[in-house]
Amino acid sequence: MDYKPVIGLEVHVELKTNSKMFCACSANYFGEKPNTHTCPVCLGLPGALPVPNKKAIEWCLMIGLALNCKVSQFSKFDRKNYFYPDLAKGYQISQYDMPFSKNGTISISTKSNNKEVLITRVHMEEDTGKLLHFANDFTLIDFNRSGVPLVEIVTEPEFESSEEVIAYLKNLQQIVRYLGVSNADMEKGEMRLEPNISLKKAGSKDLPKYKVEVKNINSFRFAEKAIDYEIKRQLEILKNGKTPAQETRGWDEKKQITVSQRQKEEANDYRYFPEPDIPPFKFEKDYIDKLIKSLPELPDAKLARFEKSYLLSQYDSEILTRDIQAGDFFEEAIRAGQSHNINAKQIANFLINRKIDLSTIEPARVIEEIILGQNITIEKKELDNIINKVIIENTKAVNDYKAGKQQSFMFLIGQVLKAARRKIDTDLIKKKLEEKLK
Amino acid sequence: MKLNELSIKQAKEGLRTKKFSSEELTRACLDEIKKRDKNLNAFITICENEALADAKKADKLLVEKRTGTLLGIPIALKDLYLTKGVKTTAASRVLSDYIPQYDATVVSKLKNAGAVIIGKTNCDAWAHGSSGENSDFGPTKNPLNEEYVPGGSSSGSAVSVAANMCLASTGTDTGGSIRLPASFCNVVGLKPTYGRVSRYGIIAMASSLDSIGHFTKTVEDSATFLEITAGKDLNDATTPEVKVDNYFEDINKGVKGLKIGIPKEYFIQGLDKKIKEKIEKIIKFYEKEGAEIVEISLPHTEYAIACYYIIQPSEVSSNLARYDGIRFGNDRSFFGDEAKRRIMLGTFTLSAGYYDAYYKKAMKVRTLIKEDFDKAFMKVDAILTPVSPTLPWKIGEKVNDPLKMYLSDIFTVTANLAGIPGLSIPIGFENGLPVGAQILGPSFSEKMLFRIGNCFEGSNQNGL
Repeated sequence: MDYKPVIGLEVHVELKTNSKMFCACSANYFGEKPNTHTCPVCLGLPGALPVPNKKAIEWCLMIGLALNCKVSQFSKFDRKNYFYPDLAKGYQISQYDMPFSKNGTISISTKSNNKEVLITRVHMEEDTGKLLHFANDFTLIDFNRSGVPLVEIVTEPEFESSEEVIAYLKNLQQIVRYLGVSNADMEKGEMRLEPNISLKKAGSKDLPKYKVEVKNINSFRFAEKAIDYEIKRQLEILKNGKTPAQETRGWDEKKQITVSQRQKEEANDYRYFPEPDIPPFKFEKDYIDKLIKSLPELPDAKLARFEKSYLLSQYDSEILTRDIQAGDFFEEAIRAGQSHNINAKQIANFLINRKIDLSTIEPARVIEEIILGQNITIEKKELDNIINKVIIENTKAVNDYKAGKQQSFMFLIGQVLKAARRKIDTDLIKKKLEEKLK
Repeated sequence: MKLNELSIKQAKEGLRTKKFSSEELTRACLDEIKKRDKNLNAFITICENEALADAKKADKLLVEKRTGTLLGIPIALKDLYLTKGVKTTAASRVLSDYIPQYDATVVSKLKNAGAVIIGKTNCDAWAHGSSGENSDFGPTKNPLNEEYVPGGSSSGSAVSVAANMCLASTGTDTGGSIRLPASFCNVVGLKPTYGRVSRYGIIAMASSLDSIGHFTKTVEDSATFLEITAGKDLNDATTPEVKVDNYFEDINKGVKGLKIGIPKEYFIQGLDKKIKEKIEKIIKFYEKEGAEIVEISLPHTEYAIACYYIIQPSEVSSNLARYDGIRFGNDRSFFGDEAKRRIMLGTFTLSAGYYDAYYKKAMKVRTLIKEDFDKAFMKVDAILTPVSPTLPWKIGEKVNDPLKMYLSDIFTVTANLAGIPGLSIPIGFENGLPVGAQILGPSFSEKMLFRIGNCFEGSNQNGL
């Protein structure tokens, strides 16, 4: 019997706001000394209260809008109650039944197909602290990450391969980077993936009765390996006539396998209820319209426009829209090139073929270099003509050189320079002259 | 009259005219504490040295003619208010040694106003209780008759003012925890509008219900106190941008022309006859003063206690989750019976499969109760009710019957569910025990509550 993978994704994206989600502490915790970015709020001390970060909410809404979600007019935060030592308050402030936005789509393309993936919801929550385990002896808690704004993006279980998942992740990463709301670096934990993987009988419409959540994936490469491994593992179990257990597994990079972490006998009961410390939200249409207008041109739209307006190949367009800076640079160079009759294709070729580091150069300088490059080609043709002329007009010196008189060669170079009436690279003249006199 | 028996207003005048110093005033309070607190048990922590140092500082400032609304006035804080460097226990053994790292917003405001903090008062642990008997540090006794409860949960705060151990004190009111002990101890108690006073830095009981208020000897003092504590706090998202009124503007205006509603649902079978008679007398008083008395109906009142005892424990169960003993305080085995009861109740009502039947339904009822008040306040300016259905009871009388204990909040929980302000004023004695009346108004109508309360207080110094 044939089986088909069914994969749904929960992706957490950490926003790069200056301050945390519910307090004024710096949200930039990476590499900082433990527990230096903390206050009563993110430490969950008695009496402390959360005050929501407006910018973070706005960015969460922007991510939703960029993923074609519908923003909820009414929304609120909820408490997700569970106990874990890295969770300072004993509950996480999250969103339950009224996420900031829901029902979006994102298009992905792989070698074999293009498809639209449905986004279930995009909601806002806070990150937890971090447990640091020391050689089975003791565990310390670092609360620098506690309360850092996190956006959770949940998809419908519509992915059928690791290739599709990676395409989605890359797309999502590119979008949030375009929005400027997160660096979404998986290695730094700024983008975290929790896939739910199961297999269904090919042709069946029903979802499988189990699913396996995989954690501890912190790179695109691991994501691919972990998903592929898990599909293979589950397939073997199914082929033996058994059903894989509903559980949470972790990717073990050393062993290159997934390992069972927690069997989910029953679903967790998080006892969600509306967060009483934060009044509910009402988003006016004007505000949402303003946000929509403020969105930058997104990668897919930019790619299509580059192909169409600048007659670029898909490959070139992809490279030039990889990040928002590349596209901006390219288009600024186009504007600078207009008065010099340098076209988009020339600029694209120059940027791509020479692998120009855009951070070290100004677009106008790129145009200068292209013009200079053209001059060099013109000079080469001119140089040929001049050399030919000098050879014809100085037969004696030519013959002397051919007879072995090196001084005559230097004379001929001097004649070329004289005829050119400008500074030309003497090495180039030497090379050309030698070729012609062979 | 002894210094510690003065009101804030009187003491301020004495300090200003140099009749006495803040140090003398503070010492008078400390002496009273020494004399009576062994019996009354109103304080968990007495800040004698700090208070005297602050009083001396205040005296210096007074010499320099510097002002501060409470400059040199000794006050006490319910032990739910975080005080930087001073032990804060919530009257629970879980926090028996907890020393906060920051001051609650209200504590900062009071300090900035020059108040001398004389100590931290006893209360029902985590503010769970109506009698003051649930404290892990022993029950507080009623100073008017030590065999009786002072009312809770802000028991020690009410007692500290009633027994002249300080001139004012802070409390928290989640279901009546200020108004009930105020009425049991014959002092003025204010539960402000939800969000009028910042909750930041005050140990949460039930976050959507907690109101931050105070006890004073007079209505005017209550207004003085609220002028300091009220206002938007950037650290509390539930404090709205509503201007703080000048609470003294109308305070002597009387009640002429005001419509005062009497809700028939508050005059039920369980109401003590003597209390009913007293309330009828105060109604007559206001009528005589020119108020129009209107009978009104708040039809969902009978569901208030049930509704409250779902929402409140739900929030309690979540708010107490952080007290796990991992980073501060003692572990969970130190929770008392009442806290455990509420944690279990709240955990149950929020559980999957029960949420809709309990929490969600209770929230719907809460909306109905709110709407009852909205409708009523279209007809009347304020509502007058008893505070408690019974007179103070004897210590130990209800400890084994939590349900009976819960019912003592029957007339006060409605204001918390609706978020409206309530002022409890003493109106006289019955069998030597005090009786209080409650004046309720629309959100942010504290100014009018003071006006109505002050009208009675001004003409009835000896009660009814």
